[in-house]
Amino acid sequence: MASPDAGVDRLIQAEYQQGFVTDIESDTLPPGLDEDVIRAISLRKQEPDWMLQKRLEAYRRWLLMSEPQWASLHHPPIDFQAISYFSSPKKGEGPKSLDEVDPELLATYEKLGIPLDEQKALAGVAVDAVFDSVSVATTFRQTLAEAGVIFCAMSEAVREYPELIQRYLGSVVPPQDNFFAALNGAVFSDGTFVYVPKGVRCPMELSTYFRINEANTGQFERTLIVAEEGSQVSYLEGCTAPMRDENQLHAAVVELVALDDATIKYSTVQNWYPGDSQGRGGIYNFVTKRGDCRGARSRISWTQVETGSAITWKYPSCILRGRDSVGEFYSVALTKGRQQADTGTKMIHIGENTRSTIVSKGISAMEGSNAYRGLVRIAGKAENARNHTQCDSLLIGDRCAAHTFPYIEVKNPTAQVEHEATTSKVSEDQLFYCRQRGLSQEDAVSMIINGFCKEVFKELPMEFAVEAQKLLAVSLEGAVG
Amino acid sequence: MLSIEGLRVEVEGKEILKGLDLEVNAGEVHAIMGPNGSGKSTLAHVLAGREGYQISGGKLRYLGLDLQELEIEERAHAGIFLAMQYPVELPGVNNMIFLREALNAIRRARGEPEIDALGFMKQVRDKARELNLDEKLLKRSVNAGFSGGEKKRNEVLQMAMLAPKLAILDETDSGLDIDALRIVADGVNLLRSPERALILVTHYQRLLDYIQPDRVHVLAAGRIVRSGGRELALELEEKGYGWLSEEAAA
Repeated sequence: MASPDAGVDRLIQAEYQQGFVTDIESDTLPPGLDEDVIRAISLRKQEPDWMLQKRLEAYRRWLLMSEPQWASLHHPPIDFQAISYFSSPKKGEGPKSLDEVDPELLATYEKLGIPLDEQKALAGVAVDAVFDSVSVATTFRQTLAEAGVIFCAMSEAVREYPELIQRYLGSVVPPQDNFFAALNGAVFSDGTFVYVPKGVRCPMELSTYFRINEANTGQFERTLIVAEEGSQVSYLEGCTAPMRDENQLHAAVVELVALDDATIKYSTVQNWYPGDSQGRGGIYNFVTKRGDCRGARSRISWTQVETGSAITWKYPSCILRGRDSVGEFYSVALTKGRQQADTGTKMIHIGENTRSTIVSKGISAMEGSNAYRGLVRIAGKAENARNHTQCDSLLIGDRCAAHTFPYIEVKNPTAQVEHEATTSKVSEDQLFYCRQRGLSQEDAVSMIINGFCKEVFKELPMEFAVEAQKLLAVSLEGAVG
Repeated sequence: MLSIEGLRVEVEGKEILKGLDLEVNAGEVHAIMGPNGSGKSTLAHVLAGREGYQISGGKLRYLGLDLQELEIEERAHAGIFLAMQYPVELPGVNNMIFLREALNAIRRARGEPEIDALGFMKQVRDKARELNLDEKLLKRSVNAGFSGGEKKRNEVLQMAMLAPKLAILDETDSGLDIDALRIVADGVNLLRSPERALILVTHYQRLLDYIQPDRVHVLAAGRIVRSGGRELALELEEKGYGWLSEEAAA
């Protein structure tokens, strides 16, 4: 695939549109990681001792682990002692309302087009914005509180809802799970906690915007969503980051727990800085996302549109424990320039009659490299489990690469597992056809790409789908020479 | 409307068209016939502006414009339509939406307002019915999984909706059974008008049983070697192309 043919020199050169740095004084720990740093983080966050102990335990496990090497990714070694593990905009207590939020922060969100105002309420979206490592604004909690829904910063949840956090945090992704999960368990900065009580249908789409802003500061968000019996929640996560020259490490952990008859829908549009045309800068994104369909007939659905980051290492997964539970994974991953993505999912079927669907769309352009890595495991007791996997790759130009690594393990003879894979190119014939009918080259590419991604976009909430389409169009501006 | 003078075209260094002349006026239907490899499809693609064809000589004028200076889509905006021999599939791109986007792109380029959704739907359904094109195909992805005949009818549907001034049909009859051929031909005949010119590129005479051309040209070895009325096509049917190719070579 990586032929040196230079026919695609005029490829995708859209500059990163979200590249700016906000000038806010930060309270940042010096680089390096040891037990003292963890104690300092815990102290600054005024955490109870049990939380500190959890962090230390994770740290000790992390020390025994090594960085995974199996992914189809290439990057210089990460010096974990060169990273600062805590950064917080300087402000004592968390703000009680928007009036208390640093106006410059608000201006940053404005630039990003994130309105933290009443209009969002009308649009039915509450925003919990994570700016660097500390939540600075949480809105519409009143409406949510009336429904009994908890939607707050993780650090606050640790103080306010210790029983819930102790019970669920780390119950889906324990620190020993993997190197990056252990690191996150030790140093997680902040994140979001959502709790939807029994029988409650969350009255609005919950949304968090992330933004990495401090040079050399690793970002270690921690998200936990618990949906009690018969409840429903839809969570949107969108990210942008300012332009940077250094590689920034990001290792988030997201845990979802769905009890009997509960439904969690988790949607991501990820647009972090991918690095410049030489591959400098850019975010290293090592994320562990996992949902546990703990209850019978529960359902967890992951939808992601990944266009950013220099490196993406991410496998949102479902553990289908409850009988008749359903797991879904819909993904669009775009790599261009020197971007590399190794992404996919794991569907672990444990309960009877469990079903899973995987739809993965990989798009590679310029010298982008895109790998789908997916595991479907049917355990011995998972009678009548079903999986359908569809894995499509689209190539633009002839210097990019697409790989597919499906892993299928079936230990029950009643299982039905299907895997379909295709690889295609945006062909000159297609572009000629579209242009002959009057469409510009850019519109033609955009139309072909959107067509390719349609099955995934239709899973996104409406406004997110529009955003995702726009994002792809911007990312692919001038895509084909 | 279209004036081609001494057109020379190379593909990868090999000369395919060697000084081709052709005049087409509004309201006329021209048939370009010729053996395989004579340059018929090259001519069709060059008129549409496809890349990969090197124009090494001659003039291409269309409605007073120098075609060589126009991009592919600009030619489409100026009213040139090419019904393709092998229409490509666009997976996931809805047929109706594709057509609407194309129509609106052309209208925008001409400074006309975009067509309203309802009016468009009605129009496209009516045309599809005329062409005996199953309405279900409108909702499917462009050409994806269409039969050969359905693809060709879809081309004619697009042509009807985009209402070009100069339509070039490249081997539209190939791969069609007699019923499909009749439907396609009926669709094309509906598009005949005093303002519109049609160029039919075909290997076989039989299309001309259904679409009566005003002029027939024989293309052989990169040049038009004979032009005439409809009777020329019948003569070709009888004698084949051999005698003309020999004449051209001489």
